[in-house]
Amino acid sequence: MKWGVVLFPGSNDDRDTLYAIGDVLGHAVEPLWHGDADLKGADAVVLPGGFAYGDYLRCGALARFAAVMEPLKRFAADGGPVLGTCNGFQILCEAGLLPGALVRNRSLRFICRRERIRVESTATAFSCLALAGSSLEIPVKHGEGCYVASDSTLAELERERRVVFRYADGAPNGALHDIAGVANRAGNVVGLMPHPEHAVDPLLGSTDGQVLFRSAAKWLTSAERKAG
Amino acid sequence: MKSSRLAKQEVDEMLALEHGLTADEYRSVQAHLGRVPTIEELGVFSVMWSEHCSYKSSRFHLRKLPTEGPRVLQGPGENAGGIDIGGGMAAIFKIESHNHPSYIEPYQGAATGVGGILRDIFTMGARPVANMNSLRFGAADHEKTPFLLGGVVAGIGGYGNSVGVATVGGEVCFDSAYNGNILVNAFTLGVVARDAIFRARASGHGNPVLYVGSKTGRDGIHGASLLASSEFKEESEQMKPTVQVGDPFTENVLIEALLEAMRSDDLVAVQDMGAAGLTSSTVEMASRGDVGIRLDLDCIPLRDPTLTPYEMLLSESQERMVLVVRRGSESRVGAVFARWGLDCTVVGEVTEAQVFRADHRGRTVVAIPVKALTDDAPVYERPMRMPVRAADLGRYGEALDFRALAEPKDLARELLDLVGSPNLCSRRWVYEQYDSFVGGNTLAHPGSDAAVVRVRETGGALAMTTDCNSRYCALDPYAGTQHAVAEAVRNLACTGARAAALSDCLNFGNPEKPEVMWELVRSIEGMAAACAVFGTPVISGNVSLYNDTLGSSIPPTPVVAMVGIVEDAQRIARAGISSAGMTLVLIGGGRPQLEGSEYLALRYDLRGDRPPVVDLHGEKAMGDLCVTLIENGICHVAHDVSDGGIAITLTEMCLEGSGIGCSVDLQPLDRADVALFGESGCRIVLALDLSVVAEAERRASAAGVPFRVIGTTGGDRLQIKVGTPSASGATQVDIALRDLRERREATLPAIAAGTWGRQAHAA
Repeated sequence: MKWGVVLFPGSNDDRDTLYAIGDVLGHAVEPLWHGDADLKGADAVVLPGGFAYGDYLRCGALARFAAVMEPLKRFAADGGPVLGTCNGFQILCEAGLLPGALVRNRSLRFICRRERIRVESTATAFSCLALAGSSLEIPVKHGEGCYVASDSTLAELERERRVVFRYADGAPNGALHDIAGVANRAGNVVGLMPHPEHAVDPLLGSTDGQVLFRSAAKWLTSAERKAG
Repeated sequence: MKSSRLAKQEVDEMLALEHGLTADEYRSVQAHLGRVPTIEELGVFSVMWSEHCSYKSSRFHLRKLPTEGPRVLQGPGENAGGIDIGGGMAAIFKIESHNHPSYIEPYQGAATGVGGILRDIFTMGARPVANMNSLRFGAADHEKTPFLLGGVVAGIGGYGNSVGVATVGGEVCFDSAYNGNILVNAFTLGVVARDAIFRARASGHGNPVLYVGSKTGRDGIHGASLLASSEFKEESEQMKPTVQVGDPFTENVLIEALLEAMRSDDLVAVQDMGAAGLTSSTVEMASRGDVGIRLDLDCIPLRDPTLTPYEMLLSESQERMVLVVRRGSESRVGAVFARWGLDCTVVGEVTEAQVFRADHRGRTVVAIPVKALTDDAPVYERPMRMPVRAADLGRYGEALDFRALAEPKDLARELLDLVGSPNLCSRRWVYEQYDSFVGGNTLAHPGSDAAVVRVRETGGALAMTTDCNSRYCALDPYAGTQHAVAEAVRNLACTGARAAALSDCLNFGNPEKPEVMWELVRSIEGMAAACAVFGTPVISGNVSLYNDTLGSSIPPTPVVAMVGIVEDAQRIARAGISSAGMTLVLIGGGRPQLEGSEYLALRYDLRGDRPPVVDLHGEKAMGDLCVTLIENGICHVAHDVSDGGIAITLTEMCLEGSGIGCSVDLQPLDRADVALFGESGCRIVLALDLSVVAEAERRASAAGVPFRVIGTTGGDRLQIKVGTPSASGATQVDIALRDLRERREATLPAIAAGTWGRQAHAA
């Protein structure tokens, strides 16, 4: 399989994501330029962390208009696996690919620390290899990671088991229902505030983030099997 | 030259004095030009001859510092210094102050401090990989401290997190001596292939000068000449408009665009527009290349078309750089910046005549010989005088007979008070606001003795730390500065890194006071002597003088930012105890004393009259031993003994690890509190597996380094036995780690919330 990592002006974790997927996991991967309406034949796409366009406006509010987002929306609608981490999650919400929104942390301060997140659903492209109920140690680092949604949306997310990851020790940012990550209805689009790309390399501590990327490979194989 | 005639405002001595020049300096300006300067030229001279840009008070003495060594690729004089780290790679680094702006406007002052030091690194062609900050605030319960602490930390995080460079370490201190003049020193380290280092040396007559980045506005005018080069007064608050505003997004794309442009052969020289903006950047490039530069001010991208030439030349708007490129490559270079959404405009050219010239609407507003602004700028050997103890500056302590001090009965309570004190408590509240992960190379995060960042290209890593104990420096600037260097070496050694080179940020008071000048000179001499022993040249740095408010100077604060090399990224040690059943060992021959200690200051409000004795050769031998043990896989846990003494070291080893306690037996000293909280240099605690203790001892003995087993790890309590000759039995400290953790974590959030003093009084 081949991955694409979207590079917006102001993206920060794009190089780390390329390293995690390419160097650590050994998958084919290449950067996708925000200004090109072309996914270059990627089988899975990651929107990485950072501050796209500076995020001086609402997070992700400008990025959703980037040229690359049009083919990305079609790709997602066709069932292609799309992962948004941190700023990528914010952009997916702004683009309407995921429900809800991410607002300022309850503390009003940026927070960077290792967090334990619990796998709540394995019915998605980025958690199908994880153990339901298991904990993953993955860092968070954000100023605007407080997940909010209307009561009805939250009820729907819970009912449809679309809360993929939940903070195991309480949300560090005030997120409703301790939500760390959610999926779309089909399970192919997932967004989360924690950074799996920072938890892949044994030398740097946790390798719990690897399972998100490995899951996508399995998801694609089983999707092909279903299609075939 | 007819330009002077055309100046709208009449230039005279009065106006020169208002610009911060002295009467003598103004006469010298006229001698250099052979005429009265234009208003623009007066502005240019005032910034280029300011203390901040010219180093006129310190330059003479800075020559005493060693700047060369086998690893040095670039010493002082460029945007930053560089060392060879093996494998064809180089590390570029520098530390710089942003003190006065941060006091006036803490968020933007600190943010633009980070932005400025980053530009010094990537203009050398290096990708910035790590930031650190050395911060000093006033007393923890001072009314302005919560505002300043919150603003500075948010500003550092706001800029560093967004620009996408990991903030991996630093220091935070509180001391009432900084109540009116906080210190914000920012450090950046970048990595580059050693044959791809870029220098800021203009050359090639007729080569175009390009302006890239943000447009020019009125912000920051006279930040360098007036704000950074004079004492603080009450009206300095009104200088808030001279503080620049940072835009980390523009910096982020500037980094990417510039590193991309540097891959071609089109670029000749690159320089950040930092202090004194367009003027100093172009003048310094021209001076290094022994050429001139002519600027066409009509081409400068402006935020506001009504900017005068004077304002254009002196603006300190952020996120701007000048490039010299090969003639004919303008459009290629411009296309790279355009792809990243950045302005790139030709604003001048390199000239053979060594003149800094600026034209505006058909008239020449500046024409100054380049060297008059650089090499021929004033250098002062200012008078100095050793302060009379306990008098002059009011900071020097008295000889201390500590036997007269009542010895505390409850040592556990003393330890808890120290653990929860502003200078020894956990820095978590600060460092959790910084992204320390981005870049994917951080091996040791904030909270370690030194931060460690992997270098994928070499398989090794770089360790870095900032250190300075200003209490020691106030007692004796010579020994105090040596302690700062020695502590930095020790912190690096505790991670397994050999110290390679350092960058210094010399924060002092008004150099026109002979006592301050004496402190500065003694500090530089102490640093030079220490660097000679450790073999660590000073490759870059910054001098920040005039740190005075309402006539009172800060204590000498020579911050040392030291970088060390780890050969194998797999072989590093950490400060936290990793398992039970390990043997705790104290190495080094440092002898603890109360004078100058954090404990004495906190418990008795005393400073003493001398810092601990410095043993540079002992430090060197101990550091080398520690690194050897780590490199050979014998040691995985090491932590140095510094502020707060060995009791604090042991507390941190328990709390920074997996929550494993220890039980320790300390050698009897005159008093139990000296053994527990006394400070010295030259001590490190190691935690070793039982199976390697004999091997470690053999190596220590061969190296002539004192080695003593002091205890074992295990349990969930910190237990320390201290025998004293006078007491019948041993004194016991026995505290649950949970209680230590609680005290250690509660303090900084309380300081930030402004409730610290109130809580202390209530208790």
